[in-house]
Amino acid sequence: MKARIRKLATFLEETQNEMGRSVNPPSRRAAAVAVIENPCAGKYVEDLSELIAIGEELGELLTQRAVAALGISAPAAESYGKAAAVGENGEIEHAAAILHPKLGTPVRKVLGKGAALIPSSKKRGGMGVVLDIPLGHKDAAYVRSHFDGMEVRINDAPRANEIMVAIAITDSGRPLARVGGLTKDQIKGEDGLR
Amino acid sequence: MAEVPVRKKLMIVEEIYHEGGPAPTHPLRRSAALAVIHNPFAGRYVEDIAGFMEDLKPLGLEMAESLIAALGGNRKTVEGFGKGAIVGSAGELEHGALWHVPGGYAMRQLLGDAKAIVASTKKVGGPGTRLDVPITHINASYVRSHFDAMEVGIGDAPCAGEIVLALVMTTGPRVHARVGGLKASEIKGEDGLR
Repeated sequence: MKARIRKLATFLEETQNEMGRSVNPPSRRAAAVAVIENPCAGKYVEDLSELIAIGEELGELLTQRAVAALGISAPAAESYGKAAAVGENGEIEHAAAILHPKLGTPVRKVLGKGAALIPSSKKRGGMGVVLDIPLGHKDAAYVRSHFDGMEVRINDAPRANEIMVAIAITDSGRPLARVGGLTKDQIKGEDGLR
Repeated sequence: MAEVPVRKKLMIVEEIYHEGGPAPTHPLRRSAALAVIHNPFAGRYVEDIAGFMEDLKPLGLEMAESLIAALGGNRKTVEGFGKGAIVGSAGELEHGALWHVPGGYAMRQLLGDAKAIVASTKKVGGPGTRLDVPITHINASYVRSHFDAMEVGIGDAPCAGEIVLALVMTTGPRVHARVGGLKASEIKGEDGLR
């Protein structure tokens, strides 16, 4: 493992009821988060290939962890998202290096599918920073019922020389979704959009 | 016994590999189970509330069981525990105190008659309120290596008429514990203290 991991965390949320209405089956989503050392902290590094490689291995590890937390078979995953928070001695570009070049391929490999862009967010911040991981349907980005976000935070991360990397996976859309748009049973699955 | 409606559950599992020092053979695992329930006493003063403790017992057992499962399924690996509650703004602190008996006894029962009192904390707060749940050794409160705390919270809970209930379990001492005091290996196990 290239990443020096200090901590792994998983968050599993299950919504059973909203405004007194039962959500049946419950809407479930999981986030897996790694807190790693930032090898590029404290100095300007031109070549970020070390972080790109870390992104690739975390793509596999965190997707596996999130799917395991949900307790579903990987192909049953419906939406996904990714995010990173860089500690104060790093740059936002470090988050980009982890998230964008190589993290997606192993995510899709674990899930067996995933034609849609993996929605993402990134920021720089101190310990306890809130990371809002955007969520979208994995096979068709326009599925409106699956536009969502999941909040995660870890009180002692990221330290100044660390990066917090998160992947969120769900087995469903928003609880009681009812604002129309493309539904998941209308997915054509050709272009990742519809 | 009335059924307690749950809106949402959150399970958090942390795996701590190191905190800058030598990594232990087995990473420390800490987990928290949270449940967001409707507060039946919200919005008015109710004198007689104690019967609700009985209603909460099945939920306490279910949450304690889910924690043991999240830590690998073997109750013998659990060494620390704690509990807490966050009462929404239409409730009072005393409503949080209803969690002491059902939350505490559920964990002690499932952990094989754990001897120590379950450390706890509670507060009244709005959605997103964070709670530092104190953690101590399950059989001897004075074991210094196991004094710990886990910060928990849910972005959208508790709403005014809700209570967030929390239970926490851990598999060992702080990751680099080294400040002396009573050791887990020195527990007499007679009074729950030493």
